[in-house]
Amino acid sequence: MNHVDGNVLAGPLSELFSVDMTLATGRCVGCGDESVLARAMVYESGTDLVVRCSHCDDVMMTLVHTPGDLRIELRGIGMLKVPL
Amino acid sequence: MTALAPTSVWKVGVVASVHTETPTGRSIMIDVPGWGGNLAGQHLDLRLTAPDGYQAVRSYSIASASSGDRVELAVDRLPDGEVSPYLVDELQPGDELELRGPLGGWFVWRPEQTEPVQLIGGGSGIVPLMAMARAHAASGSTARFRLLYSVRTPEDVFFKDELMAFASSAIEITWVYTRATPAGWATPAGRVSRDILTSSTIPANENPAVFVCGPTGFVETVADLLVELGHPAASVKTERFGGK
Amino acid sequence: MGIISRGFSGRSREQNPELPPGQFLTEDFPVLSAGPTPRIDTDEWEFTISTEDGTVHRWSWADLMALPVEEVATDIHCVTRWSKLGTSWRGVSLDTLFAGIDTKYGYTMAHSYGGYTTNVPLADLLGGKAWIAFEFDGQPLDPEHGGPARLLIPHLYFWKSAKWVRGIQMHKGDDPGFWEQNGYNIYGDPWLEQRYS
Repeated sequence: MNHVDGNVLAGPLSELFSVDMTLATGRCVGCGDESVLARAMVYESGTDLVVRCSHCDDVMMTLVHTPGDLRIELRGIGMLKVPL
Repeated sequence: MTALAPTSVWKVGVVASVHTETPTGRSIMIDVPGWGGNLAGQHLDLRLTAPDGYQAVRSYSIASASSGDRVELAVDRLPDGEVSPYLVDELQPGDELELRGPLGGWFVWRPEQTEPVQLIGGGSGIVPLMAMARAHAASGSTARFRLLYSVRTPEDVFFKDELMAFASSAIEITWVYTRATPAGWATPAGRVSRDILTSSTIPANENPAVFVCGPTGFVETVADLLVELGHPAASVKTERFGGK
Repeated sequence: MGIISRGFSGRSREQNPELPPGQFLTEDFPVLSAGPTPRIDTDEWEFTISTEDGTVHRWSWADLMALPVEEVATDIHCVTRWSKLGTSWRGVSLDTLFAGIDTKYGYTMAHSYGGYTTNVPLADLLGGKAWIAFEFDGQPLDPEHGGPARLLIPHLYFWKSAKWVRGIQMHKGDDPGFWEQNGYNIYGDPWLEQRYS
């Protein structure tokens, strides 16, 4: 049991977004749950991250670090709401 | 709640001092020009680079909560860790570290918050809770603070002296020893249980903000029990450290 | 590149000409995962191969155990850069399972308990290159390492060796599985360092 909270996304997502994305609310495409990303379950596979809905475990987002770029798959998030 | 300032730049900090806290743990003071302070509960990312270019990045909760350029970390050496053995056994004053942060606006306590606060930490999970306790003391906040701190043995307590000082002033502390207790301790060694939470934490009907931090297994067990005891899930914030 | 951290070397790493490019040798067996570990009892375990005409071939755990088992000694290479040499497994060859399977399709998708998927050309499952492995190092395969049974395809990066495998679906084209959809290489040959797309 080694998954962590979405808090750990703060650093990696700061490479792309200039706001704290752990405070953003994401809607899970699978079950419709809307929670802050800080509450999501994050599975770490090396430097690659799989972000899962804390309610239904569906994949909301993945982050893959390659030498040349950062790839973010967002298809599991229906809508991101970012407080400004 | 507004989002925080851009923090993706790696800053270089210099280790000012190191202090042995437990047989496997150490606190580390780092001077980081341009840090500008952090909120209680935030973390930073730390990056190490080996001579052959290999890099390792890990997130660490910050034990301090000041507005200056000095941060305090506390690290427990994991048996099969890659970074923690280096930080606990090798790192020396004068060494440079790359840090990114402060990070994370969720697992945070602000002095403006007036509701009671229940802190629950397992092992090195005490670190961000320590920052909250320090911020509470420094701000003169009159919010009720309780801490439940679970460790394997009395030797495994981080920040022991400072916590004892808090215990006699502003924070009610319950100690839970899971493997070995101090001599003469009334309770046998054992893990945090529903009964212990019922008797030693702020009850749900007082609507506390609850912060739980530690290894993933510990956090999940405690968080589930808290919800069973009536705490709304929205009031319980967690910081899982991974591991077991 | 960051500033060099005095005295830091990370996990024991050796550059070794036996290793594919960019890999380091490890004595550990790191557990990396994309999701929660499923807990599957061998009583309920089932493996299927599904072909394009809708036929589903099924094996229960007892069925699997009744098939010829091979000892496999091999090297494994993870895309996160660790390699482990001389690992020992026991499993049933995919050649055994595919004997008597009638298909014209040349690609497959492996499906796992828990939802993980990965795509593998049929040719890479056959010819003594792949197994359903249920023992590692002389012990039943641990759930955190993919037990009760996982796919084992050592000539490709280890994300292709799907943990908790439950079945193989024949595909007409090389459709991407989970990591392949998320930026990993569609094939994954460690010797050509095919990590990403």
